[in-house]
Amino acid sequence: MTTVTTTSIPAVKAEGVGKTFPTKGGDVVALTGVELEVAAGEFVSLIGPSGCGKSTLLRLIADLDEASTGTLEIFGKPARAARVDQDYGIAFQQSGLLPWRTVAGNMALPLELHGVGAADRVTRVAELAELVGLSDFVDRYPDQLSGGMQQRVAIARALAEHPRLLLMDEPFGALDEMTREYLQSELARIAAETAAAVVFVTHSIPEAVFLSDRVVVMSPRPGRITDVIETGLGANRAEALRESPEYFAKVTEVREALHGAPVERANER
Amino acid sequence: MRRWTAVAWGAAGILAVAVAWELYKFLGPADGFVVGAIAGETGSGVMLLPRAHDRAMPHLWDMVARLFESTSGGDTPPLIVSVASAALLTLGIAAVGWAIGVAVGMLLGLAMQRWRLVEWGLLPWIVVSQTVPLIAFAPVVNVIGNQIDRGGFPWPQWVSVAVIASYLAFFPVAIGALKGLGSPDRIHLDLMRSYAAGYRSTLLRLRLPAAVPYLLPALRLAAANAVVGAVVAEVSIGMRGGIGRMLIQLAGQGSSDPAAPWGPTFGSIALGLVAAGSVALVGLALRNYRRGEATA
Repeated sequence: MTTVTTTSIPAVKAEGVGKTFPTKGGDVVALTGVELEVAAGEFVSLIGPSGCGKSTLLRLIADLDEASTGTLEIFGKPARAARVDQDYGIAFQQSGLLPWRTVAGNMALPLELHGVGAADRVTRVAELAELVGLSDFVDRYPDQLSGGMQQRVAIARALAEHPRLLLMDEPFGALDEMTREYLQSELARIAAETAAAVVFVTHSIPEAVFLSDRVVVMSPRPGRITDVIETGLGANRAEALRESPEYFAKVTEVREALHGAPVERANER
Repeated sequence: MRRWTAVAWGAAGILAVAVAWELYKFLGPADGFVVGAIAGETGSGVMLLPRAHDRAMPHLWDMVARLFESTSGGDTPPLIVSVASAALLTLGIAAVGWAIGVAVGMLLGLAMQRWRLVEWGLLPWIVVSQTVPLIAFAPVVNVIGNQIDRGGFPWPQWVSVAVIASYLAFFPVAIGALKGLGSPDRIHLDLMRSYAAGYRSTLLRLRLPAAVPYLLPALRLAAANAVVGAVVAEVSIGMRGGIGRMLIQLAGQGSSDPAAPWGPTFGSIALGLVAAGSVALVGLALRNYRRGEATA
């Protein structure tokens, strides 16, 4: 997972992107002047305190909200066209599985919606279950799974249609530390295997460093990018990396970049 | 094990009512206890304790025994047979009313969920509609029905009864559908949007399944309402053959044959149970859509 520096079209290209939410007490600037390019196959984390607009930026990329200013291109297309063309897969902090569908049914949901035939769906679901290590659980219902397993189903579902871009909004935020580290390693492996670009929102500095090629540091009021740090940790994201001096150096660098920005205990959105 | 406990509690509840009935009949004053009665004036004063004599409160075993005697003397069939056939007729009409009510309720719920404006415009009227007393509304339906019938389009009386039953049945379904179709979480709606799923696919794969836990109690209420509506409608428009009419008829002879009206009373209770039970079966078939809900 090295930073891709080919001339291919970037997965995400944001120029002067801003987002303003109108409220009763006047407009709230959630995000302003975002310049960001994510190369194809690159893993980029967005990190910052609550209210820094990192989730908002992800939602703009996913076309779940519309940018108020600037231009946002996904694989050279407007965000809306990219959504309609299913260029990305998305996973949230909550797994968002449909409780009445089995693991297999949940993984197959996007395939079903886009008219993939039954036989192809079965094949693809088997592949996905294998990929996230849930082959023995395809017939279970979400309420019979642990939080970590549910999140793995959600990731599999996001990967169902071989997206070139994976958008993740604090997908491990609600999990315990051990499950979290385990899933981080799994995600690093999956991202490398699928060669998809990833935009990953997180609160956790170690998580961002461990996973990313680049860490984008953001700051609130108004939400903006304050720093971009290349991790340069290369393709090897084995567990041993967590103990290495380069890793600690990068964690420190990101922490300083975060605290250099005026940090306030902002309330959750 | 838990199931049997539940059954035992249910049986204990019925038994408690029976015991309370016989206990009061044994202990209570035969002519009741009236305060401030004026001598020689019937019905004056305030009755604090009801009468316990055999005409007012027949023994339970008399009620049961009466079920197996002939309906109205001579070689008329046993009361229980007449009650059963009347109850079946009413059940059929109530089922038609239920089906109409569910269809109308679903359509209203869908329209209100889809367009906020429809919800604002319609919801108050839907609530108001339920405050119209059935006995005022039933004759109107009957008159309209008769006019349609006279106009050449056949409109038998039972159709009016079904329409009146549906008038009570649609309400919980409309409310339940509105609430249930609007129940999916933001995250699920975002997900469907990210899949570029349109209204139809979102409805079929997300909104309708998510509405099931809201719709099942609504369907059960609708079933109970349809039965009540059908019974009351039969009485108020004077349709023959159903359990409502039978109830009134036998109650009229109550002073000479006090155990008789209890036959159709039990019949209509059974009717309600069968109606609600049938909906419970629907719930059983849809149990996968109720995951996460406490199983009742």
